[in-house]
Amino acid sequence: MKKILIVFGLIGACAAAFAQKSSTDSIAEYRAMLQDGNPAELFEAKGEDLWKQKRGPKNASLEQCDLGKGPGVVKGAWVELPRYFADTARVQDLESRLVTCMQTLQGFNADEIAKTPFGSGEQSNVTALATWISAESKGMKFKLSQSHIEERKMYEVGKRLFFMRGGSHDFACATCHSQDDKRIRLQDLPNLTKNPGAGNGFGAWPAYRVSNGQMWGAQLRLNDCYRQQRFPYPLFGSEATIALGVYMGVNGLGGEATAPAIKR
Amino acid sequence: MKNNYALWIAAVSAALLTACAAPLPSSADLDKLTQDIIGRSFRAEGQAKLDRVSPDEDNLACAEADRTGVALDAKVAEAIEARNMKTIQPPTDGKYLGDFKEGEKIAQSGAGKTWTDKEGSANGGNCYNCHQISKEELSFGTLGPSLYNYGKLRGVSNPNSSEAKPIVEYTWGKLQNARAYNACSSMPRFAHKGILSETQIKHLMALLLDPASPVNK
Repeated sequence: MKKILIVFGLIGACAAAFAQKSSTDSIAEYRAMLQDGNPAELFEAKGEDLWKQKRGPKNASLEQCDLGKGPGVVKGAWVELPRYFADTARVQDLESRLVTCMQTLQGFNADEIAKTPFGSGEQSNVTALATWISAESKGMKFKLSQSHIEERKMYEVGKRLFFMRGGSHDFACATCHSQDDKRIRLQDLPNLTKNPGAGNGFGAWPAYRVSNGQMWGAQLRLNDCYRQQRFPYPLFGSEATIALGVYMGVNGLGGEATAPAIKR
Repeated sequence: MKNNYALWIAAVSAALLTACAAPLPSSADLDKLTQDIIGRSFRAEGQAKLDRVSPDEDNLACAEADRTGVALDAKVAEAIEARNMKTIQPPTDGKYLGDFKEGEKIAQSGAGKTWTDKEGSANGGNCYNCHQISKEELSFGTLGPSLYNYGKLRGVSNPNSSEAKPIVEYTWGKLQNARAYNACSSMPRFAHKGILSETQIKHLMALLLDPASPVNK
């Protein structure tokens, strides 16, 4: 634990020093420096515990949760998500699937979890679980299914959402993420319409964010994109966010899963 | 038993067939499905109300062109530009240029209009997110063209002169509503969408066109 606190202390100190510099190179340098001590590891450990722990009104663990590869199969599950689930009759991403399992196996109220703000209560547990589950697929290649009609429809909806211009500024996801080698300020922008950008971008979340010291799942990442696009608030686990996940994940087929990554 | 097995196989095959072989709905149906999903997926938060995801005619046409890679029909593009051109208003007092120092602050700021920004608080222009502007600011984006030496490169030595008039008026219009000149420009429509005030736009005009501005050094 002491070691962990030291790591956090160092991050604070480095973040302050880093503010003085500003170049893509020093961001890369900084990331490399932190590779050995990515604080995401803390959330991974918490997530693994939460998976095995008996919790909730039903006092059950999540070990029988079916993430798509059968009950309890964690390894390789994340690189196939979002996918269609027959039991819920919808396409789900990792986080929305976890909430389904928390309801069916543990007796939690899925709607209540969906309404809980990011970073608090059961939402922070969902993030930790997603961090651990994604880490179990680290280094594997994305292979999302497009065999079910609902999966193909969600890809098409995701593509439409990606290019949809709206909000006060007429921004679409595509405004920043449909060209190669572009930057916003000094931040490199991945082209999410194809690889390597799609695999690199989609494959990095959940990620630990150095700038605010928070662990962010893919749902929060998309939520903050929409905030900056000046759109209204996307609901947690909403079809729009899942469709975008399908669009990016399918565009990233064959790309490597690097989550949980460390980000600016 | 054997019969049951056959039935089971038939059921599974039927399910697989409906799931796998089902054709994708038409593009129009997918557009409709997307609209329905948008309706179920967002809620209003702070100043970011649901009207921000209701389709705008100009944006619908441009988004489709972006998505399909098929350029807009020339007539549609002209209609978008004409519609947006009508929104452009000359300065109320006839003065186009404000203070370039204030303009630099507006260009630096990315604040405003998100659900975490207080309604009515001053909005920034987000300019450096996409453009190089002054030589001193190294943290600039590359989504838009460089605006360094904007006035100088266009030969503006006196923004009040008659020679400078066309470029002054064009720049004013571009800042007010960029899509009057380029139907599917990615640049926000600062005046039309109420992002920047007339005074703020004058300050940005000075940043770009005042010969004393660091942009033109």
